[in-house]
Amino acid sequence: MMSPNPAKKHNAHLNVGPPLWLLAELTYRCPLQCPYCSNPLDFAQTEKELTTDEWIRVLRQGREMGAAQLGFSGGEPLVRTDLEELIGEARSLGYYTNLITSGLGLTEAKVNAFAQAGLDHIQVSFQASDPELNNAIAGSRKAFDQKLKMATAIKQAGYPMVLNFVIHRHNIHQMKDIMALCKGLDADFVELATCQYYGWALENREGLMPSKAQLVKAEHEVNDYRAELEASGSAMKLIFVTPDYYEERPKACMNGWGSLFLTVAPDGTALPCHSARLLPIDFPNVKDTALKSVWYDSPGFNHYRGDAWMPEPCRSCDEKGKDFGGCRCQAYLLTGSADNADPVCSKSSYHDRILAARKSADHSAIGIADLVYRNSDNSRLFFKS
Amino acid sequence: MDISTDNVLRLRRGFRFQWEPAQQCHVLLYPEGMVKLNESAGAILGEVDGKRSVKDIVAALEQTFPEAGALANDVCQFLEHACNQHWLEVS
Ligand code: SF4
Ligand code: SF4
Repeated sequence: MMSPNPAKKHNAHLNVGPPLWLLAELTYRCPLQCPYCSNPLDFAQTEKELTTDEWIRVLRQGREMGAAQLGFSGGEPLVRTDLEELIGEARSLGYYTNLITSGLGLTEAKVNAFAQAGLDHIQVSFQASDPELNNAIAGSRKAFDQKLKMATAIKQAGYPMVLNFVIHRHNIHQMKDIMALCKGLDADFVELATCQYYGWALENREGLMPSKAQLVKAEHEVNDYRAELEASGSAMKLIFVTPDYYEERPKACMNGWGSLFLTVAPDGTALPCHSARLLPIDFPNVKDTALKSVWYDSPGFNHYRGDAWMPEPCRSCDEKGKDFGGCRCQAYLLTGSADNADPVCSKSSYHDRILAARKSADHSAIGIADLVYRNSDNSRLFFKS
Repeated sequence: MDISTDNVLRLRRGFRFQWEPAQQCHVLLYPEGMVKLNESAGAILGEVDGKRSVKDIVAALEQTFPEAGALANDVCQFLEHACNQHWLEVS
């Protein structure tokens, strides 16, 4: 707090609140290889994970600053053998603790042990796109059964049931079946999330992005189902995350850069969002920087706070307080500069790139087998030294 | 939905009510979400325990805040809202 930090001074007029949401990406290890994984393309280069003690220090510092929601994700967080210990520590600190898992490697014993340790919620995500499950949704029962079994065990242990389906062009036609399945499981919250096109999903965009016609149909189905649920007094909540590629205005990414969310990657790199690692910006590491100074003082976190950094068309736009110019990662990936307006915006001079992607989605012939799967071999191909 | 003063309410599974020192307010936490509560909402939800009826809760609040006068209407209205949001359920 004593040394005058240029980045901080620059933002001195900004009223930066605490990070209310902390996302702990415990590991990039994962038994699955989803072609839409949000992990960095070169994840295989990040092998050094924070130790248990280092994670506990991060959790304490975050809670002291005011973080209330904590997500354990990855990779597959279940591969960390200290998960139960971390859950216990987090809960005793007062966090609402969320475990985001594929359900692979989960057992009834673990479900119960985590509940004992104080875990508040387990979100099981359905990888409708790995070959086995894809068959499963199409009729076979094998891998699907493990998820169903875990979903039931989760509900029985007293957790709320939260199911997450990643939606793409190869499963969006199953929307009605998916919702009926969730209802049958007595789910409390259901996230139907079309992927955001960063990382692996951008590599596979043409093979993943639903067409406009597919999307419109699915939206109707979700709305109808929602109306039925409400009429029947059901408490099941459906959240349908549609691809911003079909919007004319970008989403207010992360509620603004460095305003609510703080992600800590497996190796301790602190990020304002889980994909920000791909930006050409230096981010601090919690191994050598206290979380408070990461959040308030680091140039990385201050980089896109406020609006002084904005070029046109955002600079003079009267909507900048609403969407903050959109997603920095999307701007970087599609325009080459992270300062630009998110090209989803129709005012962006790069908006034609979004239009082109929409057009390809209408004609794509890329099958499931043609997608690039997230695994170490493919990851090493992406590592440019 | 309408609630009657004989109903006993409890927090829905997965919902947690707690005081947040950093925000200086009560909050309701649930899977990947959080609602900040104002003072009266916090005071009312603080009484919901899955044991006492709405009537008892009104009485308890009227005792704690004698200067506020009769509270039944306000309390019921808020509790109904909380049920409609599916934060609370009838136990
Ligand atoms: S998206 Fe798939 S591959 Fe990526 S971490 Fe999650 S389960 Fe693993
Ligand atoms: S120009 Fe920038 S601030 Fe205005 S709507 Fe588009 S992205 Fe948002």
